[in-house]
Order: sequence, then structure tokens, then C-alpha cells
Amino acid sequence: MSTQKVIHGIGHTVKRKEDPRFITGNGRYLDDIKLPGMLYLAFVRSPYAHAKIKSINVEKAKDIPGVVAVITGKDLQALNLAWMPTLANDKQMVLSVDKVVYQSQAVVAVVAEDPYLAKDAAEAVEVEYEPLPAVVDPRKALEKGAPIIREDKGTNHVLHWEAGNKEEVEKLFKEADVVVRQEFYYPRIHVSYMEPCGVIAHYDRITGKLTVYMTTQAPHAVRTVLSLVTGMPENNIRVISPDIGGGFGGKVYVYPEYVVAIVASIMTGRPVKYVFSRSEDMQTTAFARDFYITGEIAAKKDGKVLALRVKVIADHGAFQGDANPSKFPYGLFTIVTGAYDFKAAFVEIDGAYTNKPPGGIAYRCSFRVTEAAYTIERLMDILAHELKMDPAELRLKNFIPSNKFPYKSALGWEYDSGNYEAALRKAMELINYEELRKEQEEKRKKGELMGIGISSFVEIVGAGPSHIFDILGIKMFESCEIRIHPTGAVIARFGTRAQGQGHETTFAQVIADELGIPIEKITVEEGDTDTCPYGLGTYASRSTPTAGAAAAVAARKVKEKARKIAAHLLEVREEDLEWERGRFYVKGVPSKFKTIEEIAFAAYTNPPPGLEPGLEAVAYYNPPNMTFPFGSYICVVDIDKQTGIPKVRKFVAVDDCGVRINPLIVEGQIHGALAMGFGTAFLEQIIYDENGNNLTGNFADYTIPTAVETPKWITDQTVTPSPHHPLGAKGVGESATVGSPAAFVNAVVDALAHLGVRHIDMPLYPWKIYKILKEKGVIK
Amino acid sequence: MSKYHISLIVNGKKVEADVEPRMLLVHFIRDVLGLTGTHVGCDTANCGACTVLLDGRAVKSCNIFAVQADGRELLTIEGLAKNGQLHPIQQAFWEKHGLQCGYCTPGMIMTAYWFLNRNPNPTEEEIKNAISGNLCRCTGYVKIVEAIQYAAELMRSKEVKK
Repeated sequence: MSTQKVIHGIGHTVKRKEDPRFITGNGRYLDDIKLPGMLYLAFVRSPYAHAKIKSINVEKAKDIPGVVAVITGKDLQALNLAWMPTLANDKQMVLSVDKVVYQSQAVVAVVAEDPYLAKDAAEAVEVEYEPLPAVVDPRKALEKGAPIIREDKGTNHVLHWEAGNKEEVEKLFKEADVVVRQEFYYPRIHVSYMEPCGVIAHYDRITGKLTVYMTTQAPHAVRTVLSLVTGMPENNIRVISPDIGGGFGGKVYVYPEYVVAIVASIMTGRPVKYVFSRSEDMQTTAFARDFYITGEIAAKKDGKVLALRVKVIADHGAFQGDANPSKFPYGLFTIVTGAYDFKAAFVEIDGAYTNKPPGGIAYRCSFRVTEAAYTIERLMDILAHELKMDPAELRLKNFIPSNKFPYKSALGWEYDSGNYEAALRKAMELINYEELRKEQEEKRKKGELMGIGISSFVEIVGAGPSHIFDILGIKMFESCEIRIHPTGAVIARFGTRAQGQGHETTFAQVIADELGIPIEKITVEEGDTDTCPYGLGTYASRSTPTAGAAAAVAARKVKEKARKIAAHLLEVREEDLEWERGRFYVKGVPSKFKTIEEIAFAAYTNPPPGLEPGLEAVAYYNPPNMTFPFGSYICVVDIDKQTGIPKVRKFVAVDDCGVRINPLIVEGQIHGALAMGFGTAFLEQIIYDENGNNLTGNFADYTIPTAVETPKWITDQTVTPSPHHPLGAKGVGESATVGSPAAFVNAVVDALAHLGVRHIDMPLYPWKIYKILKEKGVIK
Repeated sequence: MSKYHISLIVNGKKVEADVEPRMLLVHFIRDVLGLTGTHVGCDTANCGACTVLLDGRAVKSCNIFAVQADGRELLTIEGLAKNGQLHPIQQAFWEKHGLQCGYCTPGMIMTAYWFLNRNPNPTEEEIKNAISGNLCRCTGYVKIVEAIQYAAELMRSKEVKK
């Protein structure tokens, strides 16, 4: 349509509206905010992972000029604030009381006039510890006689959770021709957004209003929790989430340091700022994964899969702080049956406390979907290897057929739409799969190491239908409020909060498409709880499936009112009007019309009798189901047989996220997530020694990919719209972090499969491969 | 703590201040001068979010004291656009989607500025090496590399026009 190009509606690649401020250094991130009279926090942190606190001496620190307050756990205890609730109905120490349970845990807080001074004073605090034996492996934590980390719990066992039909699975395993079983460790990793976490709390003693600036992905939920915890009326709490420098799940958590800042501001009546240093952030903020997985598939000898059984031991750290909906303590791990038509499946998970920081959050993934996708996609390759079948052929044989949607999975999800075969075939064609297999055969004859890895993943995102999803009891839905100004310009506000995803552009495109107003005239705002409608925030690829839908629904409500006004202006009945993007015209008389701008002006200057003036609408969108994005990735790896260094030669990513609103932004999301998946597969792991010392607690030791290692990607798409989403969109932010790790690992293992190698745990460090090549006699 | 008087040129203007000798240059830029486009992303000089140009050389301003900038010339991201006109590198990052959250972007652009002035016609490999001290977690770098290639083109065509 000719107008579409001008207004930049859905499907148009358009430069992002938010970019001018970022490329000129005018972004406004938390640390850029400076309030008059602001004080600064610094923390004394524990050098031990597990220790009793014998004494704390704050006198020297208090005497330093410019130090305003020194706060200990005991001080908070007197205020009944020594512990705070976690997102998973556990509690967590704000500042340590009596003991520390992980390294770098906050023990004492110092409030001072200047950030340098605050650090000086923190160094002057003396803490005497009595070290206790640390437990860093969740499997050991669950053994009898393991040191107890949480005296208040009396056990290291967090919870047991299961799903599926255990008996049916056992029966199918007995009937099976072949059973494969594999243990995997999905390492503990850190999301490592480029902007460290931070907070500014400002309690105004005159008005009683608490304003909290916070690097948060979910400002409204934070406001409600603050109100419930403090008893302050919710209208007296304002949470502002300014520009966010990447979140990826790590900024969903409410950290103890935030609570200390709020307490310090209430105590002093002045704004109090705390920004984590990178090391503090890496060592204490939420981790992802840390799953010990045992997976089994029962199948027939022709490769047809029957049943799936998965057992997991999950490491929670010292407090259960997983960010998951209440009904799903292990999130959406039950998507583990993936793209395949299993008759039955059973999953059981046991969680353990360890002497590590809490906060099992997603790392650019929707509630444990990444662990699930990795499990099934590795297992399918192992089954193919066992059956001596081509892994592509095995997948094609077992895909849920495209005519079986909506499809009810063995673990109870209703997949909305999919065409898995089309995506895999497209990827195979793009990478020239048959030729690659031939090349591999020839290379093997020459003793060269080359592998091909496939991952045909399915995601479950867009939480969620309110009747099953909530965060701490708050139902999951999303909101959009649209106001049309008299001149036809628009402000739209949302309950979500972008951290780089480009909502200011994407959501403007949705509204532009619905109302025929060019995106230049549409302002999108998020992140201020005083002005934005209530929402659950941005994570788990939920913004387009939920807030994108809310934008469309709100725009359609606006259009309904616009129709009434147009009918009045044109002196016809409402049903005589036809909508064409940007205007209502009289059926059969296209020359008789009113544009949306004319209608907006009339809404304020000449509203129909009996109709309220103004033109605005708000929509609270409760999705009827989750959306199920999917894709097929194929990776080609060459391994240097002298050093074991793997090199990604080629990587094809075919993604299906339904309808794409801004193709350039979608591609950017996929690129970024592929790079994170690459990091997970080859470089990243938070490593602890046996005493619980974090050996990877900064950017010098925790290796996130640079431009030099990161491969280039060949991206393509299939489009299978979601049948229940108003725009047919499914969400894409996390597809590639979910889907790609298995493709990398499958490729590396495939390169070594003829040597009898069946699995290598991530990250695939060259030394691990070198060791294998040495053992197998490839390296003499 | 005693303070030292420093005087330097920042984005073409003379600036004078009294600073603690231990104050990092990045904190001077952000907190004293109020130029918050230069970001702090780590504490080990790995991430490059704080990259600025000191006497024409790209440096990580978290790894230098403010007093070391005394008498020298500093260029930050705020000094790049002239008279409301974006610099070609800024233009290229925008057009090629070379940024997402924007946090690494100023440092990335300043590194590219230094690099393209030395190497106006770089290969892809040279660009990757040049920005290997600047971390980005959102983009996967491919579009940043494309943006820098495109910026090089824009800058070369500008040179030709002169």
C-alpha cells in the first residue's frame, strides 16, 4: 500500500527513533542522574563464601569526615528489614546477620557525601570472620552430612518439582527398541549487560513520596512489592527505570543493595545512589542456568521417538531467588519435548542451596527454555549417533507435522502454530547440507576434523495467559495507553521497559500501521510508574507478544471512537463508513472522507453530541495463549587437530517469529542473541573453587565474546503467524540464545563423533578438545 | 585530600578545575564536567565504554587519572557532532543498526573515530581488531562492523568532495 511506506507501518525497515540520543552521548542511564544533595553508598563485602561473623567494628569508618551513616545487618534487624522477600517466596539477607553465605555478599553499608569517600570508609570497617566449610556443588549439597547453609531452613534441599506422566513414560521405555541417556551440565553464566546495575532512592520527607530510579526491567512490579514490603501507600512510590544498558533478565531481580539505598534515603532524607562496580555486579547479581541434567529418550529402531525423561539438579545459590511465575518454579522447562511428537514425557527437578549468589534468572531466555532446548537438541543428536542416522533425517522423521497445529505437547502446552520441517529444509538448502556431509566424509578420510550441528528449537514466550501466569501473585498481562492529541500527534505509554530492543520504534510502527499516523508523530514512553499504565515489564520475549498486542488493541479502540466522530462529521451512519489506513471514507464514495488528523481535531473541537470529547484508549491485554517461535540453525565447525581450537566456519539461522514488525530490529535481535549463544557455547562460565571463591568475577576473567571471535551469521526466515496474536507476531529477542548453543555443541561433537566422542560440556574450551584429541591418539 | 589544578581543552573549549590526584579521568569527565556520554562499564579496562580521545589517541578514561590529562586535548562523544550535524560515524551507526541499548556506543564510536582517521579504508578484519577492546553485548558486532565500513565510505566520499 502506498501510504504504508510513508507512515512506516508493520514490515518496514526503519531507522530507530531512539538512536539519536544514544549516538550523541545523550542517553540518560541511571548513573547519569545526579540529584541535589545526593549521597553515595559503598559496601563492605565478604571475602568468604561461608563464614560466621564474629565482630564488626565501624567506629573508624564513622569518624571519617563526610561519612553520613554506617549501616550493619543488626541495624536493619532493629528495623525488621534484615531480610527481604525474593521473587520465589523465599527470603534473602539484605545485609549479613551473624553469617555470610556467599562470597562478596554485602555485610556493611557506608553512606557518604562522595563516592570515593564512601569507598575509603568501607575500607576502614573491620569485620572478623570465622570461616565455615563451603558447599559449591548442588549435588554435594544434597548429600547426607553436607554443611547446612540455611539454618532457618535446616536443609539444603530447596524443592522437588515434577511434571508429566511418570508411569506412561516408564511403560514406553520398557517397550522401546533403543534408549539413549546422557548427562549434561549447563554451566552457571552471567548475563553481563554492559551497564552495571544501580539505584537512586529519594525519599522526600515533606511529601512522604519515595522515588526510586532503578535499572529494572519491571518497574510496576517493583513498585507494588515495595508498597507491600514497606507498607507505604503505592501512590507515594514512584519507580523510574531510565535508559537501560542491556538487561537480558539480570535486571528483573531486586537486589539487596537497592533496599539498603531506600533505607539510607529514608534515614537521611536525601537521595542515595549506588551503582555496582563491574566486579561487584559479576560476583553478586543474578546468575543463569547452573543445571545438572540427565536426559533419556526411548525410541523405535527406525528412529521414531516414544518418550522423554529428564532429571535435573538445580543450583539456586544461598537463597531461592529464581524469577519464575509462581505456578512454575522451574519456569517453562516443560517445553523440553521441543519440536517432536513424543507420546509421553516426564521431568523432575530438585533444587539445592549452595554457597553461591542467588538469583536463577533467564539469560536472554524465557524462564528456563534455554536449558530445555539444549537438552532435547543434544539428545536428538545423541539418538541419531546411536542409530547411525543422519541427525537431519531423525529430526524430519519426528517433527510435529505442520497440519497438527494447534498441537498439545506431551507435557501439556498447546503450541499455537509451527512448520518445523519448512524451517529445517530451508536451513539445509542455504548451507548446502548434502554437500557438507560429503565434504565431511572426505575430510575424515584425510584425518581432518569437521562437524555439522543442527538445532531445531521451539520456544515458548509471551507470558502469559493470566489464569496460569503471575509474578508474586500479580497476574501477567500487558498494557498500552494511546492518547491522540488535537493535531493528530500521539503519545503511547506502556507497562514494558526496553533495554535495547527498540520499543520506541517497534511499538510506534504498530500504532502507525493501525491508525495511519506516521511514526514521526508517535512518541512511545516506558519506565515511569507515575505515568505509564500498569504492566509486568520486559523479559522472556514478552513485549511484542503482549505489549505489541496491547498497542494494536488500544489503537483499534481509538479507531472505534474515531468512527463515531467521522460519522458525525460526514453526516452518515457509522456502518456506512469504511476504514482505509489513516482515514474513514463513505462506502462507495471514496472522495468523501475524514483523515485521522481531522477526526482527532474534531474530537477536541467539535465532538458529536452525547459523546465524550477527546481521543484516547487504554488496553490491558491478556494473551489467550503463549506464542511458540521456532527455528532451525545449522553450524559448521572446523577443529584444528594440533591444538583443538574449534572455528565456526559457517552458521545459518532460519528463524520463524511470525510476522516481523521491523525486519532490521528483528535481525539485530537475532544477531545479538547468536553472539550470546556463541559465548555460552565456547567462552563463558562462572567458575568457583572448592572454597566458593569466584575465579571469574570481572571482565578480565569472565570472557564475553569480542568482535574478533564472534562469527558472522547467515540469517533467513520462514513466517508462520501466531493465530491468536492480533498482529500474528510471536517475539524474537531470545530465540537465538535458546536455539544456538546446541547447534555449536552438536557441530563440535559431530566433528569428533567418529572418534567415539558423544558429549562435551560447555564451554567448549580448546583445552577440553585438546585433551580428547590427545586421549584418542589424534595428537601424539 | 589535597587537590591539583588542571587545565585542558575539552571538545574544543578550555576547561580548568581542581581535582584530587586520584580522581579517574572518566569521573572527571562525567561528574565534574557533566559529560555523561562517556560510560563506565567495568573496572578492569576491558570493556571500552569509557573510550575518549586524548591528544588524538583513543584511551580508556577509566584507566587514566584526570591529572594526567593536564595540558592536553580531550575529545568525547559530545564533541563529535558539529552544528547539529551528525558525524558520518554516528550517521552510519544509526543507519546500519550498529547499536541496541546504546551503552557501549559512545566508546565504540570514539574507537572507530580514532581508527578511521588512521586507516580510512580498512578491511573487515582490521575493523574487528580495532574494536576488540570495546565490548558489546547486544548487537553481536556484525552490524557494528558494517557501520564502521559504511562510515569509512562516507568519510572517504566527503574527503573527495573537499
